Amino acid sequence: MSGTRQHRAKPQDPAVAEAAHRRELLREMLRIRRFEERCVELYSAAKIRGFLHLYIGEEAVAVGTCRALTPDDSIVATYREHGHALARGVGMDSLMAEMYAKVTGCSRGRGGSMHIFDTERRFYGGNAIVGGGLPLAVGMALADKMRGIDRVTACFFGDGAVAEGEFHECMNLAALWDLPILFCCENNRYAMGTALERAQVETDLAARAGSYHMVSWAVDGMDVIAVEQAARRAAEAVRVGGGPHFLELRTYRFRAHSMYDPDRYRDKAEIERWKERDPIVTLTAQLKQDGDLTDHDLEVFEKEITAEIAHAIDTADAADTEPVEDLTKFVYSPRQT
Amino acid sequence: MNASTATSGTRKTVQGTRSHQAHDSADTGAKPVSYREAMRAALREALIKDDRVFIMGEDIGRYGGCYAVTLGLLEEFGPERIRDTPLSESAFVGTGIGAALAGMRPIVEIMTVNFSLLALDQIMNNAATMLHMSGGQLNVPLVIRMTTGAGRQVAAQHSHSLEGWYAHIPGLRIVAPATIEDARGMLWTALQDPDPVLIFEHALLYNASGPLSPDAGPVDIDTAAIRRPGTDVSLITYGGTLPKTLAAADELAADGIAAEVVDLRTLRPLDDATILASVRRTHRAVIVDEGWRSGSLSAEVSARITEQAFYDLDAPVERVCTAEVPIPYAWQLEEAALPQPATIAAAARKAVG
Repeated sequence: MSGTRQHRAKPQDPAVAEAAHRRELLREMLRIRRFEERCVELYSAAKIRGFLHLYIGEEAVAVGTCRALTPDDSIVATYREHGHALARGVGMDSLMAEMYAKVTGCSRGRGGSMHIFDTERRFYGGNAIVGGGLPLAVGMALADKMRGIDRVTACFFGDGAVAEGEFHECMNLAALWDLPILFCCENNRYAMGTALERAQVETDLAARAGSYHMVSWAVDGMDVIAVEQAARRAAEAVRVGGGPHFLELRTYRFRAHSMYDPDRYRDKAEIERWKERDPIVTLTAQLKQDGDLTDHDLEVFEKEITAEIAHAIDTADAADTEPVEDLTKFVYSPRQT
Repeated sequence: MNASTATSGTRKTVQGTRSHQAHDSADTGAKPVSYREAMRAALREALIKDDRVFIMGEDIGRYGGCYAVTLGLLEEFGPERIRDTPLSESAFVGTGIGAALAGMRPIVEIMTVNFSLLALDQIMNNAATMLHMSGGQLNVPLVIRMTTGAGRQVAAQHSHSLEGWYAHIPGLRIVAPATIEDARGMLWTALQDPDPVLIFEHALLYNASGPLSPDAGPVDIDTAAIRRPGTDVSLITYGGTLPKTLAAADELAADGIAAEVVDLRTLRPLDDATILASVRRTHRAVIVDEGWRSGSLSAEVSARITEQAFYDLDAPVERVCTAEVPIPYAWQLEEAALPQPATIAAAARKAVG
């Protein structure tokens, strides 16, 4: 969905098409990775403030699932949502400007990193209350069903949300009312600093969703191809009236929870083990092995991505901040009287 | 507000008996209806006029509503639009927010304000913030109705008046219909509002009855109303304490004190102009609020009066609030905890001096 994605080869046969498609997935993951890496630098330079939650390590989840959705589908995400926003096609310029707290940001600089909204892309946040987005997604799916609109609402949340009462209320309601919703549980094994097994007695999260009579299964969230296939299968089932589906996407964040987190609760060895399964490294190796990717291809990707990020930074730097006179604008809608 | 609204409330007693209204209906052709019936008529009208409207909440369908407000609607409009929900306040209130974002006009019923605390996250962190936080992209045209207030011996988890808490939150509009006309007319206006509106219905009002014109319709949800004009003291109240305040005004009239009764109607945003105009006429103010005193709506109204009309006052602002205790079950304790006509009248006499 990125406006800058390159279609190198005109797909003529399925193998060529498949190779091109896998390269696109790689490029999109790389784009998110490099964006997040620059965000770290910009945070250190105090260009980005507040909370910043990085998606590094989890890129396959957003890229794979967003590929399975149509532009008419809706997305509700969490506070770790830069990856979802980019994969969805939210412009990098408006995303960066948002983090720069500029009026050209997608939320006019009022939301920041955790509250990315873009109604044109049907991207409904950016919710910083764990579990808080689930009821919204259920409601959007209910509205679509009542209005007879064939649309999937994809709702992202983490393993931490599964411990919230709101999660269980929403699983029950979505299943009870047979709503067109795709629950995407990003199990990165930690709710901030608390490991899943230290917080929840049943760590098989797909099984817990299954107890609500929902089709659910676990997916290797470090494998973008596997994620996309699973998401496509689940989204299509939802779309044809199959009711809510649940994917447990098993992944890992390579960086700390936020920029404030000293990351004292994990073994370095554990992090290194997961890095061996880095979705970008893995797919790069596979593509090269299959003869579908050259070093030149990668250089082109990096160059294009670097340019895109530089443009986003430059435009964000140059953009205006919202005048303080507008502070109380949008507390209420303009009244039509 | 029309004239009948301004006068009808003066005749209601605390119990909402209809002794006087019968005369009114003979005079005007208006049929006496209960607050509950008026609210139900408003819901029916909304369901008929706008196919985006649906209602959801606990026991609103088969059961007919815990206060029977929605009785019969399931049979008339079917289970798609009259949705019984599981006991999951956070989920179904949040579902209302999501459905509102996606083009519907949901009306969510919460049994009592005490239960609404289970949905406070959704109301506060999503409904109230979404428009501002998204830079104006997402408004939430949601109506939430809930019962509030004490007086039925249902003790400390079903009796509180927390509307003042909600009135603290920017992004919400808070209304409290206290009359039959407002029960009939506020809902439609609330549904036209692009932003979330919370309607607080005091449980003791449901059986109140009064005349209602057959062509009664939408009313504004912006302004306070003078329910009884007077010159000596302003009694400022809303919701369930309006009948008690009017009873106190009757009592004061017998002593030769002409009390003006102001019904706030909308608790957020407050209609400062009507409040201040009344205080400038009478030079004395008593605020009657079934919420607790500390950090309350009554404190807010009092502060606005002293900030903006201090030099018009001839006496300190008085407040009559609920005693700062969890509402007890025992009838004599509950009665003692709540504002009553006698305590309101006593505060007014003190202000008048």
